[in-house]
This record gives sequence, structure tokens and C-alpha cells, in this order.
Amino acid sequence: MKRILKGGDVVLRDKVITADVLIEDGRIAAVGGKLSPEGCEVTDCTGKTIIPGIIDMHVHLREPGFEGKEDIASGSLAAVAGGVTQVCCMPNTNPVCDNAVVVNYIINRAREVNLCKVRPIGAITRGEEGESLADIGKMAKAGVVALSDDGRSVMNSNIMRLGMEYASDFGLKCLCHCEDKTLVDGGVVNEGYNSTLCGLKGQPRAVEDIMIARDICLARSLDLPVHICHVSTYSGVDIIRAAKADGVKVTAETCPHYFILTDDIITDFNTNTKVSPPVREERDRQAIIEGLKDGTLDCIVTDHAPHSKKDKEVEYNLAAFGMSGIETSFALSYTYLVRSGALTLPELMCKMSLAPASVLGLEGGEIKVGAPADLAVVDLEEKYVIDGEKFFSKGKNTPFNGYEVYGRVCMTFVDGDIKFDNKKV
Amino acid sequence: MLQTKDLLGLRDISAGEIEELLDLAGQYKRKVKGGEKKFSVLSGKTLVTLFYENSTRTRTSFELAGKYLGAHEVNISASSSSVQKGESLIDTGKTLQALAVDYIAIRHPMAGAPHLLASTVNASVLNGGDGMNEHPTQALLDMLTMKETFGSLKGLKVAILGDIKHSRVAKSNLFGLSKMGAEVWVYAPKTLIPVGFDRLGARIARSREEAIEGANVVMGLRIQLERQSGGAFPSLSEYSTFYGVKDGMLARAAKGAIVMHPGPVNRGIELTPSLIDGDRSRIEDQVTSGLCVRMAALTLLSRYRENKGL
Repeated sequence: MKRILKGGDVVLRDKVITADVLIEDGRIAAVGGKLSPEGCEVTDCTGKTIIPGIIDMHVHLREPGFEGKEDIASGSLAAVAGGVTQVCCMPNTNPVCDNAVVVNYIINRAREVNLCKVRPIGAITRGEEGESLADIGKMAKAGVVALSDDGRSVMNSNIMRLGMEYASDFGLKCLCHCEDKTLVDGGVVNEGYNSTLCGLKGQPRAVEDIMIARDICLARSLDLPVHICHVSTYSGVDIIRAAKADGVKVTAETCPHYFILTDDIITDFNTNTKVSPPVREERDRQAIIEGLKDGTLDCIVTDHAPHSKKDKEVEYNLAAFGMSGIETSFALSYTYLVRSGALTLPELMCKMSLAPASVLGLEGGEIKVGAPADLAVVDLEEKYVIDGEKFFSKGKNTPFNGYEVYGRVCMTFVDGDIKFDNKKV
Repeated sequence: MLQTKDLLGLRDISAGEIEELLDLAGQYKRKVKGGEKKFSVLSGKTLVTLFYENSTRTRTSFELAGKYLGAHEVNISASSSSVQKGESLIDTGKTLQALAVDYIAIRHPMAGAPHLLASTVNASVLNGGDGMNEHPTQALLDMLTMKETFGSLKGLKVAILGDIKHSRVAKSNLFGLSKMGAEVWVYAPKTLIPVGFDRLGARIARSREEAIEGANVVMGLRIQLERQSGGAFPSLSEYSTFYGVKDGMLARAAKGAIVMHPGPVNRGIELTPSLIDGDRSRIEDQVTSGLCVRMAALTLLSRYRENKGL
């Protein structure tokens, strides 16, 4: 089947052009002015912008085991509603995704759901317990695209080293959640003025920085690549920048909440602000934006962490960590990075699509002839107010309720098929 | 006039509101000391004390404050309630709501728990201490005792020594006293001073002597004997040697300085026994103030409820 997207502003790797996009057999067949629509299903994109489908390489789909928070169907729908065409799902499910059986389950379930592409991430250690290596080779064969014990660090440095080395035999990278659990000491928010103001136990930046530094030391010493997850501290950005300058094979990601929010939001005990690592201070927020601009931070991900009401409508200390973010990441990033002038739209889409594809070796991530037709049509001028209760995700836990954003996702295509159309919901 | 349904902390209330609370508490104190303990302010209303942590002073004084004001009064302890069966705070709140409770005094080990409860129920919630956050009635009672001693809080130097980091008492006192024009100095091992306490308005002393120098009030705070306040110092003997307030030190304080402690005191650790029992000590007066401050808080909340038709 042939489809043509007519007259949209198409975001290429380094520029935006007004053009038609021809899709044939699920792939982009041509990009150019005034392509002939003959024999094609036509989608008018005049006044709209066509972006490469977002690749969110840090998502919690919760299935198997925590279907009350999210499942592969609801999470995939939320993804395509957010313009995301490919998600990499973290292994902290129940059972933990530390073996080929769970990997196969996720892949098969995602195929049945048939919305976005779902790429499982396997655990580095069995049960994410940090003690012995998971079945990395078998998971690689079953289709994991990376390894991570996300939600915690592999505290034992030797196990981490072995994991990185063994994973490299199968062409896999470790994605590091950086949190020194011996230093956390029960901290649930950033340690600073605001934690003291409201009496919530804080954790210092060093909790994150120590493990960023350790994993970079391992990467340097082993000459292996490593990827640092959800960077939140100014000091972490500095460590990564210096390592990159020294030639260490390190890549890194951050999330919208780290370049938009500060811990000023915690002081009324709204549990939707509770996230790990915690949102920090203005100095950190500025440094994260600077890190995105100068390339220290390669990727923007969501760390989409949906939770049920029962996990959040409790005392702050007892509430689950995490924010539901996959439906708002484009609009928030566009509003707070592109409209503010920090990044151009092609630069933003590189952070959200091409860079994640390149870090993980995935196909896609940009609009070019021959690539899979994973695309989203967005309206950059449409302003709307975020309301978590309207999310497709089961997780309504967003700290962004009431935020006015630009960049409505109108349609999402995966392999050329319409998977989301906001006129039809 | 209190402007809120609840008394959750001193962070968000004004100097005028504090003044009003202290004035009314002072009036109650004169009456109670004169033997008058029967009032009808809360007649026909119900007060529940909901305590998720142990307490002698705070709980008893909330209880008696309710009784003296004519309220029905019920106590719930976490250890003997559905909380033990895993009931959430919100569900407990809904249950109390269904029982037509008007006032809930809550103590909870976690910051923000009273706020969560307050947003769930129509009853007025009084914070009897939440984690490391606030303990507003404690700070109010401390301020009442200070005010009665010195006539005014303005310009006083208040030195607080002890576990500042884990202390909701220090924090509520800092908020309240700063608003009333007093200066709060703190001293403790570095491990027990919370980050940013200076930015909240406290002066961090470099020595016991600097804290006490010219102080009108020397307040000790309890060290958690059981856990040495989370391993923050090597031993009690070290603590007492380097951080405790000793008899002779009061000579540096201002003339007429008083000694305070929210209790329970570890004798010989934070303060020496002779300071605790000496003529400068106001520790027992603090307890009376506590009763009267809680009576005042309940009374002012009842006026707010009347005005709003709650």
C-alpha cells in the first residue's frame, strides 16, 4: 500500500523542509516537493509538522506483574499518543526480565497489541539483585536491545565489570541507573533547602554522581561503552562531559522533568513529584539544558513510570517513585527546549529519535529514504493544558498537571500504518 | 483570626496569627492556673487524637485540652487500630469522617502526613508532629513560655542545641520565632545540622560558647539514645563531652536567661541535671503552656469552623 503525507514541514536531520513524504511498503520511499499522489492514500499535513517517530529508550511498561500500573497494551497506546513509535522497556517487572522466557513474552504480547515497536531491555543481574549475571546471551538471542538493572545500581563493582564485559560479547550495552544505595539513607527528595524546609529526607547529588563516576571509570578501564540513565545533577553532567573529552565511550540521557522542574515543587507533598533520581535545583536544571546543547547529554527519554492511585495517594515517604511521562514528552520538550530557543527542532528530534537509535543500534530515528516509516504528525501551534486524568496510560501520575504546552501529536505512523489519530479518539 | 481549617505548621501562618494564638493561650493559662478547667467552647464536638508514634506530653495535653473545652475525646493509637491491618491514612481519615469527628490531632513519623489527612477530611487537623517537618504546638508553647518570661519575643536570642537535623521542634521554633522577631542560633555536630538551615533563617554557631553567648533562652533537644541519632556521633560520652550544655556555661548567657527542653530529657546528655532542675529551668512550665496552647488552637479553629459554617 502507498500513502502520501502532503505538504507538511518535514524534520530532517539538520533542517526542516516543506515537502511530501511518500510511504511504500512500510518504508519511506521519497521525500520531496510535489510528489504525485497517484495510487496513494493521501493525508493532508498542511500546516503540520512531520517528525521522526520518537524512540523512548527508557520506559516502564510494567507487564508482566504490575498490570495495575500499566500493561503493554495501555503503555503502547500511551506511547503512540505521544508520538513514540519505539519503546525500550525496563526489566524491573515481576518476574524480572532476566531470562529469555520473559523477553519472548514481552515481544509476543507487543506483537499482539501491534501499536508501537517494543524492544525489551534485559536485567544485568539475576532478579536485578546485583549478585550474579542474568542469562545475558539467551536474552540477546531472544531480542533484548540492552541491559540494565534500572531502579537500582549494581552496587558490587566487580559484578558490574563482569556484566559490561560479558554483555559486550553479545554487542549489548549496559544502561546504568546511578544510585549509591549506601549513601541514599532513606532520602526521597533532593537534599537541599527545600528538603529541609518541608522535612522530607533528602539525598545528596553524590548519591548519583558517585555511581556515574564509577561506571565511567569501569568503561574507561575496560575500554567498553556505557550509557548513563536519567542524569539529574549539574555535577553528573560535568563528570560525563570530562569523560567524553577524554575519549571514554560514554553516552547519557536525561528526562523532561530534569530540564523543566526543580525541587520547589516538593514542598506541598504532592507525591506525583516523587521520582528517582529526584528533581534538583535551578543550577542543575540549567546544567542539564547546557548538557543537551553541547552534546554531553545525547538523548531525551521519559523514564515513563506509571503508578496506580493506590501507589501515590499515600504519605510522601511511602509513595512510589516515578512519573508517567510518555504522552507529554514531545510537547514538554518542544515547549521548554525549542520554543525557549535552547535547541532547534532538528536538534530536539535527534535527542529523541536518532541518538537513542544510534546508542542502541536500532533501525530508524530519522526521516530519510529507505528508513522505516515511523513518523508522527504534530501541530506545533496547538496549545493545550496537560491533564493527567486524560492520559491513555493507566498511570495518571504527572507533576505537570495544569502546564500549558505546545505541540499536539495529531497522528502516529508505525511502519507506515496509522496507529494513532487524535481525530478518532 | 486563623485563616485555615487546619493547624499544620508555622511555615505558612502569619505573625498576627501566632500573636493571637499566644494571647489566647496566655488567657487560658491564667485561668487554668487559677483552677478553672471547665469551658464550653467545644461542647458537643469531637476530638480524636490519632498517634502513629509514642507520646506522653503531646498526646495527654491534646486530650486534656479537648476535655477542658468540653469536647468528646477519643484516642486512637496506630498499634491498636486498623493501621496494623494495613489501612491507609486516607481510609482511616474517611472512617473518622464517617464518625462525624470535628478535630483530629495527629502525630505521624512521616513529613506531610497531616497535610494528606487534612486534604481528605472536613475535620480540622492539628499537627502533633510529622516526621522531620513540624511540631507547631510545641513551638507555640515554647514561645508562650518565652513570652511570659520576657514580655516579648522580639529581639530575643534563642540558642537551640541538640539533634537539629531530625527535629521538627527546632524547625517549627525557627519558623515561629523568626516571624516574631527573635533570633535563632543552633549548635550541634555537623552531622546533625540539616542542609540549608541557615537559608531558613537560623544562625549556625561554631561552638557551644558562641551559641550560648548572650542568649536569653538555652534550649536542649533530645538525642535519640537508641540510635545515636542515626550514627551521627560516635558515642553518648563524646556527645556529652563536646556538645552537651554544662553547668558553668550559662554564665555566658544573658542575665535572666532560661533553660528549656521539649522533653523527654536525657539527663546529663543534652543538659546537666542541675540545669534541668535548677531555678533557670522552665521545663515544667512548658508543659502547662502546652496544654493552654492546644486549648487556644482548638478554640481558634472552632471560630474558623463557625465562620465558615463547617
